[in-house]
Amino acid sequence: MVGYLVVLLLGLAAAAYWIGRTRAIASVNGDVARLHSLPGQHGMFLALFAAGPALLAIVLWSLVTPSIESSIIADRFSSELSGMGVPQVEAFIRDARAMAFGGLVGFADPTKEAAAALYKSVHATSSWIIWTVALVLSASGFYWAYSRIAQAYRARHVVERILRAFLIACSVVAILTTIGIVLSLIFESLRFFQQVPFYKFLFGTHWSPQSAFTGAGAEARAVNEDIFGMVPLFAGTLLITFIAMLVAAPIGLMAAIYLSDYASKSVRAVAKPVLEILAGIPTVVYGFFAALTVAPYFRGIGESLGLNVASESALAAGVVMGIMIIPFVSSLSDDVINAVPQSLRDGSAGLGATKSETIRKVVLPAALPGIVSAMLLAVSRAIGETMIVVMAAGLAANLTANPLEAVTTVTVQIVTLLVGDQEFDSAKTLAAFALGLVLFCITLSLNIVALRVVQKYREQYD
Amino acid sequence: MTDAISPLGAVGRPVSIHTDDAAKARLKGRYRTETWFKWLGAAAVALAGLFLVLLLSTIVTQAIPALRQNYLTLPIDLSAAKVDPAKLGEVNYDAIAQEALTAKFPDVTSRQDKRLLRGLISTGTGVFLRKDIAADPGMLGGTVDYAVPLDDFADLYLKGLLADVGSDEAISTSVTPSETSGDIDLTFGDDAMLALARGHGATEGENGMLTLTSGASSLLVAFNGGTVKLTALSPAANGTVIAKGTVIEALDSTAPAASGQAFLRVIETPEASRKISDKVIVWLDTLKSAGLIESRFNSIFFFTGASREPELAGVWGAVVGSFLTMIVTLAIAFPIGVSAAIYLEEFAPKNRLTTMIEVNINNLAAVPSIVFGLLGLAVFLNFFGMPRSAPVVGGMVLALMTLPIIIIASRASLRAVPPSIREAALGIGASKVQTVFHHVLPLAMPGIMTGTILGMAHALGETAPLLMIGMVAFIVDIPGGFTDPATILPVQIFMWADFPEAGFQQKTSAAILILLLFLVIMNAIAVILRKRFERRW
Repeated sequence: MVGYLVVLLLGLAAAAYWIGRTRAIASVNGDVARLHSLPGQHGMFLALFAAGPALLAIVLWSLVTPSIESSIIADRFSSELSGMGVPQVEAFIRDARAMAFGGLVGFADPTKEAAAALYKSVHATSSWIIWTVALVLSASGFYWAYSRIAQAYRARHVVERILRAFLIACSVVAILTTIGIVLSLIFESLRFFQQVPFYKFLFGTHWSPQSAFTGAGAEARAVNEDIFGMVPLFAGTLLITFIAMLVAAPIGLMAAIYLSDYASKSVRAVAKPVLEILAGIPTVVYGFFAALTVAPYFRGIGESLGLNVASESALAAGVVMGIMIIPFVSSLSDDVINAVPQSLRDGSAGLGATKSETIRKVVLPAALPGIVSAMLLAVSRAIGETMIVVMAAGLAANLTANPLEAVTTVTVQIVTLLVGDQEFDSAKTLAAFALGLVLFCITLSLNIVALRVVQKYREQYD
Repeated sequence: MTDAISPLGAVGRPVSIHTDDAAKARLKGRYRTETWFKWLGAAAVALAGLFLVLLLSTIVTQAIPALRQNYLTLPIDLSAAKVDPAKLGEVNYDAIAQEALTAKFPDVTSRQDKRLLRGLISTGTGVFLRKDIAADPGMLGGTVDYAVPLDDFADLYLKGLLADVGSDEAISTSVTPSETSGDIDLTFGDDAMLALARGHGATEGENGMLTLTSGASSLLVAFNGGTVKLTALSPAANGTVIAKGTVIEALDSTAPAASGQAFLRVIETPEASRKISDKVIVWLDTLKSAGLIESRFNSIFFFTGASREPELAGVWGAVVGSFLTMIVTLAIAFPIGVSAAIYLEEFAPKNRLTTMIEVNINNLAAVPSIVFGLLGLAVFLNFFGMPRSAPVVGGMVLALMTLPIIIIASRASLRAVPPSIREAALGIGASKVQTVFHHVLPLAMPGIMTGTILGMAHALGETAPLLMIGMVAFIVDIPGGFTDPATILPVQIFMWADFPEAGFQQKTSAAILILLLFLVIMNAIAVILRKRFERRW
């Protein structure tokens, strides 16, 4: 229905472009040079006013209607739905919508059919409204713009101003995304902290939200506050990150040094793509590799040494995550090392230092702020990495520093809490948002610190 | 090198601290450190390369078996007595196929064995048969040879992945059976079998008796047209060996098999530690030696949707879901990203708003992807009430994630266009907008496209945010639109990796291979674009 409307409006815009052009040319009897703006700009002006407002209205409509329609349904059937929890109500409305639009539903009953009928009629009404609104907007926009087109009319200015507004709007999307992230995390976390005090969340050492409720059934809603302590998750995250950095930092840094100062052109031609491929492999592939190859391998080695290695050991997840981060560290360090001016290297060589002495005593100290910043970014990346740990690390929150045991991480818990059908307002799911907020804050502050390190300690050469 | 200097010292210059023995040793040490350092660097690069090779080779070797599937050709009775042409929808096609299979093994009688036998062919057989009959009604009315896919365990066994099976070896002595079926005694002409059984993990009992439990390798003796599984061996008079055995396939007669007429097959993996029984192995080998099993290109895997049965699971649904999601991502991220880059690079005044936008974009690029998933869950699903598991929501989340990448790449590309181009356009009277859109943007386009493709490749491999918005649901149907429930390739890989069935391990690897193939293609396009169209100023 509305798809046709959009197509119609696009057709109208094309027609308006052509009409505006023709009118502009006609207004000066074909002597285009006398126009203030080019005919095409007049056409664009008319097209923008004919279709733009209507399209905006449709975008707004399609964002708002689903929730309005659902709330109407929920309102009308409030007596039938009163006993149900949030997911059942959602499922009911989803089924009603599916039935109204000819989809397949598992179980149909008279209530749902009635709801579907209502849904259909509500949707028909709202489609009818948007058609009318769009056509009225389009016609009035067209009429207004059409009457403006004249020899001296500054269509170019209008079009360029609209375009510039559009460009600004696109740039603001980045800010809106950040605001959206921050607001959604904060609001859900606040709801969580109403049920669980934040100090218990931040400093508690016991995490097992799967047993969040003391009783059973719908009314037993007392939340056990003591099982939302995130310290074990945080410790697990740090342990895995530490292992990952033990692998990635030396290998990545040495690879960067070798590639920037030692490698011949042909070696570089092979090694750079290798690192790029390593960086381009999706994390889910690393996760599969960690869970099915590396973890059993470590377990086997541990058994032959008489050690008890958990099959979801922190070691396996950490090592594979380290492999994933190698290209990240090496490309950042490579940039930093290359940014050290050649004159420093030449001066050092002139004093008789060998290449490795130059690197260790001149280049690395000069590049140190950048390298520290690269490492901090890598740590931030490791902390936020999800798929490897979801597939290869454990689920039980053990507070341990033993890399051979299974630990769990913040991201693993976010995924476990939110995958599957859950009530959206239980403490369990809200805890995931609180974890997300912590994750966001940690990575953000690491990034800011990394940026500050570079800004503050960077040596200014030349 | 020191040799070149030392003669000078001999000629008359005093031996300085730079040329004495300590200095030579020092220099040697320094050069040694130098070599060490260099090799350390090379080792780091080599290690990174090794990891890559290890990763890719593991996945490729695991994926190769999944590219083929074994089919069993059965004479299926589709005569009117079995299949009523008027009521095609009500026929139990599975039962018909199973009947054809059990007819091949008339001596399988017990209920348990029959169930085992029926399990050889895939549970999806009936569906395939019905579909093919609907497509070609000419099959009806008689018995047709029809190839049905084998169950995943049978398939994996035939690919050699479930059990180590030795080749048939002739037994160099006579073998005499006591009966033709049931639990029987076998008499071997010499005691070579005893040593063999010991070598394969038989348990020693009293009087030199050896028991082959399910923890030992299986020893199968094939002769007289049947197969006997040995369960126990004990030495008897005259150096002969009497073995107890269970007949798996009935023998033709109790006549003794002469030396070289009986064959021994050893299944190295003990029955207890594999998921396929000796019976099934013998049946499959019989079917195979009868030429009824053929390995075909696995079209099920490439062209069907997901399934809980490994042999019926395909990636096509996930590929379509990924494709739909990528279209949405591209449609949102490309115009917005390029517009934002144009504004920030070409129009934006230096003020607090633009600084804030820039800081924001750089921060967004470093936000963990799972946080974008939380954003999608809280805003798109719960606030705007958009459908769960839909490509449109997945695409929007991925678009927000890709946006910073595209903006940063586009800005770099726009910055690379020299100011002279802009000045020339402005000089002949173009407006700022015209300058940018008619001159700067087309010149920057190859770089922008490259950045966009790389961003899309990144988005294609992303999994975590899509788990948050419910794309992890088990969806059998191939999605037909942007709001249909769908899953995508990386999430499918994640789900299959979690399934316990052995057959899914190969499927997962094969799906990874397909994903990597798409990524390679996208990266290759980006490289070609960069090589062919990017201009250096």
